[in-house]
Amino acid sequence: MTNPSLPAYNFAYLDEQTKRMIRRAILKAIAVPGYQVPFASRDMPMPYGWGTGGVQVTASILGPDDVLKVIDQGADDTTNAVSIRAFFAKVADVATTTRTEDATIIQTRHRIPETPLAHGQIIVYQVPIPEPLRFLEPRETETRVMHALEEYGLVHVKLYEDIAQHGHIATTYAYPVKVEGRYVMDPSPIPKFDNPKMHHSPALQLFGAGREKRIYALPPFTDVVSLDFEDHPFTVQRFDCRCALCDAQDVYMDEVITDDRGGRMFVCSDTDHCETRRSEGCQGAGLPQHCTAKAGWEAAE
Amino acid sequence: MTGTTLLDGGFTAPVFQSQAIFRLVMDAVAQPGRIVDLGNPVQAPAPLEPAAAAFLATLADYDTPVWFEDNGTDTAASWLTFHTGAAVTKDPWTASFAVLSKNSPVSGWRNFAMGSLSYPDRSATLLLPVESLRDGTPLTLRGPGIETIATIAPCRLPDDFTETMATNTARFPLGFDLLLICASELLALPRTARLVEA
Repeated sequence: MTNPSLPAYNFAYLDEQTKRMIRRAILKAIAVPGYQVPFASRDMPMPYGWGTGGVQVTASILGPDDVLKVIDQGADDTTNAVSIRAFFAKVADVATTTRTEDATIIQTRHRIPETPLAHGQIIVYQVPIPEPLRFLEPRETETRVMHALEEYGLVHVKLYEDIAQHGHIATTYAYPVKVEGRYVMDPSPIPKFDNPKMHHSPALQLFGAGREKRIYALPPFTDVVSLDFEDHPFTVQRFDCRCALCDAQDVYMDEVITDDRGGRMFVCSDTDHCETRRSEGCQGAGLPQHCTAKAGWEAAE
Repeated sequence: MTGTTLLDGGFTAPVFQSQAIFRLVMDAVAQPGRIVDLGNPVQAPAPLEPAAAAFLATLADYDTPVWFEDNGTDTAASWLTFHTGAAVTKDPWTASFAVLSKNSPVSGWRNFAMGSLSYPDRSATLLLPVESLRDGTPLTLRGPGIETIATIAPCRLPDDFTETMATNTARFPLGFDLLLICASELLALPRTARLVEA
């Protein structure tokens, strides 16, 4: 039977050899920013698609003194965020927080917090498809050669086709970026609204893709440029509405449908940002709007 | 501080000590030129300096052959193999980690793996002991991880060091990653770190 004095699993769930393997991959990922380092992804006690890559990266860097924040689409209180936070609270007995500025490690699915990240913080992205060329070229052997030869014309063709069909670049999330003028990188499915936050961020950014078995990284203060054209420069989404709860502007909004007659509210996608503002006394209209947001077609995505 | 036998001198709390060391090393690699102090969590035989020993105890295992430049490193090599399971290789090309000697001739560094264009991560990490990390001629660094510029002043670098580092940076994404080590302190010069005129 199990010896009661021995824990049933190692600190932070992963065994030490796995952590070493992942740690070595992280160091090489930092040394070659934007390059996807293959790693021997493990089965985790959650299915692929639930952040197994991010979880393995977090588990490999996490220590008992860290304060962990986990967000899912900006929210601290959605299923994925709650369960991963509970996972690490259990297997690593680590302190958790929802406050962006209090966290030393932030694991995220599909958002970068509105509060600017600080020097010394680490943000870990959960990545479903790390390969920015995958939907253009399905063969791994080919995409690997394309990265090796810096052959990224196809990505620009894709963006050009957007312009030809829609009159503008219609890619709104997982918008490809070029890192330090060399590697084209998938920033994970964050809205392009968040892309500028990656450029010269003082925080260390780590990306983990569990099913696809890739780790990549951006050291602090790295050049991260969203791809565009001279005559179609990169722009981010704009929201004309203000947050119905905290009145915030210039943040990324979620659209909440409130009835079947077109009523809807726009609220901050970043719940911590919204709660902080409300605790400081900011208050939004609080009511569903029956207006048509001017940026509706884009805001709705 | 050398262990009395090869069996001594390993981590006393491997899980937490290696995590703490890794975070310091990750900090150093993510911020080239920044000096981190790894302390003395392990006691290894000479010529392994405390920071080199702590680094290897944290990151080396049976997947990572280690190459020693010095002759007469059998004790250190045996210590490393006992505590980490890492194989010691005679062939620099196969090494994941290379423990260089002070004043290591840079002409030999071209023998280390520098990755391929398809897999630039399959490259060696070199550990170079220096006299001091602070008392030498200042060198200016630029690159990812550095907000504007960083200044390092390692003492008694090997001859042709700056030329070798310039070559290493120029062949990005290929290249080796270098760690300068003095006693328990370490600073990293990953292949992205460019030594520039001040």
